Amino acid sequence: MIEERFDAIVVGAGMAGNAAALTLARKGLKVLQLERGEYSGSKNVQGAILYSDMLEKLVPDFREDAPLERHLVEQRFWMMDDNSHTGLHYRSDEFNEERPNRYTIIRAQFDKWFSKKVQEAGAVVLCETTVLELLQDAYGKVIGVRTDRKNGQVGADVVVLAEGVSGLLGTRAGLRKTPDKSNVALAVKEMHFLPQETLEARFNLRGDEGAVIEAVGTISQGMTGMGFIYTNKESISLGIGCLVADFEKTGQTPYGLLEKFKQHPSVAALIAGSEVKEYAAHLIPEGGFKAIPQLYGDGWVVVGDAAQLNNAVHREGSNLAMTSGRIAAEAIFQIKSRREPMTKENLALYKKMLDESFVMKDLKKYRDMPDLLHIQAQNFFLTYPQLVSKAMTNFLRVDGTPKREKEKTTFRSFLAARSLTGLVGDAVRLARAWR
Amino acid sequence: MSAEAAVRVEDKLYLNRYLVDAGRAHIKVRPHTTPSPQLLSLLNVCPAHCYEMNSAGQVEITTDGCVECGTCRIIAEPSGDIEWNYPRGGYGVLFKFG
Repeated sequence: MIEERFDAIVVGAGMAGNAAALTLARKGLKVLQLERGEYSGSKNVQGAILYSDMLEKLVPDFREDAPLERHLVEQRFWMMDDNSHTGLHYRSDEFNEERPNRYTIIRAQFDKWFSKKVQEAGAVVLCETTVLELLQDAYGKVIGVRTDRKNGQVGADVVVLAEGVSGLLGTRAGLRKTPDKSNVALAVKEMHFLPQETLEARFNLRGDEGAVIEAVGTISQGMTGMGFIYTNKESISLGIGCLVADFEKTGQTPYGLLEKFKQHPSVAALIAGSEVKEYAAHLIPEGGFKAIPQLYGDGWVVVGDAAQLNNAVHREGSNLAMTSGRIAAEAIFQIKSRREPMTKENLALYKKMLDESFVMKDLKKYRDMPDLLHIQAQNFFLTYPQLVSKAMTNFLRVDGTPKREKEKTTFRSFLAARSLTGLVGDAVRLARAWR
Repeated sequence: MSAEAAVRVEDKLYLNRYLVDAGRAHIKVRPHTTPSPQLLSLLNVCPAHCYEMNSAGQVEITTDGCVECGTCRIIAEPSGDIEWNYPRGGYGVLFKFG
């Protein structure tokens, strides 16, 4: 296929791969990026929210030409039972700033733009090319890749594995394990199109303002999961995700869950009359700090979702991907500048730099969260939402019952469902995991 | 159950763009007489409903509508029930929005 050798091969053109390829190419390295889709983005799925800070570090003036949908001025957290939601909303005019902090994006369009930047920086981007395996020498050092193109072997000093959450190459080569079913969520998503004015009226938006709803509760049928509704310019990204292990255990269908979420009275009115134009599904790494595999070795590093770098509590994945891709590239450049080989010992620099960044610091902070939420799913995703809903309706409904009596009823319902020890224990466990 | 049965995932997949690599399924089910619990779970878990039970009680796959999420790999590759690969370059689902 390509006779020449490269300084670096980047496998994958998602957020992590594009960040790595861009950084490497800008530093003057000879880079080959391989992508199995027809273009960067055609295989990539996300909600999607873009965080400006991490992209500014790569493309400072991205606002000039990146395909951005809406800047976010409102966040709604919903706790849902079958007929109601209890919400915490935050909206601020301060988010209407010159350089907004968060935007909704549509990945297929955004990634195409990102990939153009990579190509302009001088990287060779080869799409419609699936990498079949890593090439290793007798000592196990990664020396290149084999693709499905004719004579498809290519050599490089280092391979950056940005192959996504279900990446095959690293696991096949024994560099890391396939993610465990209790550490990944399956999310399904639809794109609902509405006239712009209708969408803006329904979500109380002006101009490019956007709103986000994230919801937990009975919508996940007792599984660890979350629903989301993101506003784009003329469309709504709507989806729901739950742990793969929970899907397997309960026998719930992802599309059945999605339909129920859409039919919920709090949701149905928002999407009424919309035209659905796509249905997608994707895995999300949920294991947090404890699920992070070995990140580097002789001739390779792994970045982004493939490295399970996702902050499930703050629902930040793509910025950890972009940052890990950039940092891996910077580490590779430093080693290259010293004219040293891409050994495991030298590439440990990537891990060291990542440890010093927000990526590892944040994941470490929440290291106990996955265990808490995955093991106690019933309490946090079913029992409490139902209790809160009952409490709210009890509080708001005026029916002649003395208020003291109402408070007692609410308190008793919590006690009956979780017991005093359970309630205190849940509070302590949550506080501890959050700390 | 009836509400779920009414959800036709085929109608959803119809919205998507695909370039099907005819005759080259990227996922294969290992021949079996009785399906394992993992294989059986795929009948419901697969978001594209690619897995179905045939009249002989064996689980079969049709990969044409696959959205390449990898869920079946996570569940059934460790037990050896399926052989999982990505489609050849350029083939498979082509997301317009993603």
